[in-house]
Amino acid sequence: MSADRVAVPARPERTLFILGCMATACAVLFMLIDVGGQWDFVLPFRGKKLATALLVGYAIAVSTVLFQTVTGNRVLTPAILGFDYLYVLIQTCLLFFLGSSTVVNLDPRLLFGVEVLIMVAFSGLLYWGLFGGARRNLHLVLLTGVVLGVLFRSLSSFLQRLIDPNEFIFLQDRFFASFNNPDQELLVVSFLVTLGVSVLGFRMLRTFDVLVLGRETAINLGVDYQRTVALILVLVAILVSVSSALVGPVTFFGLLVSNLAHAVVRTYKHELILPAAALVAAVALVAGQVVLEHVFAFDTNPRVIIEFVGGLVFITMLMRKAPG
Amino acid sequence: MIEAKNVTKRYGTTLVVDDVSLRLPVGGITSIIGPNGAGKSTLLSMISRVLPMSSGNVLVDGLDVVTTPGDVLAKRLAILRQDNHLTSRLTVRELVTFGRYPHSKGRPTVKDQEHVERAIQHMGLEALSARFLDELSGGQRQRAFVAMVLCQDTDYVLLDEPLNGLDLKHAVSMMKQLRTAADTLGKSFVLVLHDLNFASCYSDHLIAMRDGKVAFQGRSEDIMRPDVLRAVYDLEIAIQQINGDWIATHYR
Repeated sequence: MSADRVAVPARPERTLFILGCMATACAVLFMLIDVGGQWDFVLPFRGKKLATALLVGYAIAVSTVLFQTVTGNRVLTPAILGFDYLYVLIQTCLLFFLGSSTVVNLDPRLLFGVEVLIMVAFSGLLYWGLFGGARRNLHLVLLTGVVLGVLFRSLSSFLQRLIDPNEFIFLQDRFFASFNNPDQELLVVSFLVTLGVSVLGFRMLRTFDVLVLGRETAINLGVDYQRTVALILVLVAILVSVSSALVGPVTFFGLLVSNLAHAVVRTYKHELILPAAALVAAVALVAGQVVLEHVFAFDTNPRVIIEFVGGLVFITMLMRKAPG
Repeated sequence: MIEAKNVTKRYGTTLVVDDVSLRLPVGGITSIIGPNGAGKSTLLSMISRVLPMSSGNVLVDGLDVVTTPGDVLAKRLAILRQDNHLTSRLTVRELVTFGRYPHSKGRPTVKDQEHVERAIQHMGLEALSARFLDELSGGQRQRAFVAMVLCQDTDYVLLDEPLNGLDLKHAVSMMKQLRTAADTLGKSFVLVLHDLNFASCYSDHLIAMRDGKVAFQGRSEDIMRPDVLRAVYDLEIAIQQINGDWIATHYR
């Protein structure tokens, strides 16, 4: 008996606690480093940035983990369904057809609402077109997503080439990930939306666990598979909208966060893996922002670093999966 | 009772299961035999709602499997398919506990834990219960999955090739355990088996499929006959009665 007990995993609760401490430490560091006496200005200013970073980290982490649970694949992220580039396309189209002066004057909450609706409608369409009939092939959905993602990206870059260079700069500002200019109203709306999604998801935590066993076993255990998958895709679409609206598309970040979380917690239980992923995201984003502001003095863009590290991890994972 | 009416599965123009109507007896072990591609697994998958059918319907105790909510069916019917691969690491006990999900919705009670322990014991997995599934051999993993399905405690248990990857000892003990469960707990098992002799020795009812249709069905002595098996397998199979069991010898 004792020989069989070698592989008892480290307690995930303890890992979560350590991650929580790290995240808190990063947040405190971020808020307090180099304040230089101007507390009344610095605290709210940094607080807003911190809130954005935490919210974005949470949205990306949860959406990626759920997406990977649904697809049963650790290399896939929502970005592969073309979600974040759909968001870019929507923004580009708005600017192309309305012009930056109109877009600036639109209520950001209204804009966000419309964008989320389009994103959810897209995920619904994708789902219905492919799951609706007798076919129920996730790989077909994914392949379609990949192709559509390329289409969205090409269409946006085509439109971006046609518009006025000044407007293009305006657009680029919006897409380049940064926590430096969060829109307060957008932040509040995003927070409320994320809260709503979380409440809904919280009630389904145990169902998510069953999905880990695969489609057939989940059906056998009485999970309404199609409905659950559809619902998760909608939740993912909303969360991706939140993160894209706040900081633009961050393709690889979710992949990093989810795999890191799985590596440190090593459990199928979503009640542990989801908070772990959110905390890893918080640590990475906040610590990254501290380094960015105080070491690189704002010289570089966080996305450059994320894409660089993420790309390396992605390639490593593919190489490891390759036979031989 | 499980009743299939005109069940058909079509992929493009290929008929995999061709208009099968069938009543599966209540209680005991029913085994489906037949050559590769006869549609055995496909039929089992459709009966258990894992695979949508092209036409026809299936009733379990009068409940249509397509329209009845999944969680209602999950308390009456359990299915284990052939290939079960997992992306997450979980232990044998965690997997078996999932079998209680239809009853506990992920919050196992003391009573659920008792079911889990009994299933683990039943499949002889006590020593392995804390091990991760990816550290087990194929046969051990197979037993863990069967334990999960038994833990679900349903009246009907459908197993697609439960002996796959099991050595002789564990294959015999698996069949004995199923036999005990059928006799003492009154459960009905439907198995897809490739080993004719296991099917013959342990089943109350045999169903022989070929080309998507039910070719023959009946008790062991009705099916374990050279002429019947020749029609099913296109193979000369000698049958001998040994200690009261009908044994096929088809090795030469």
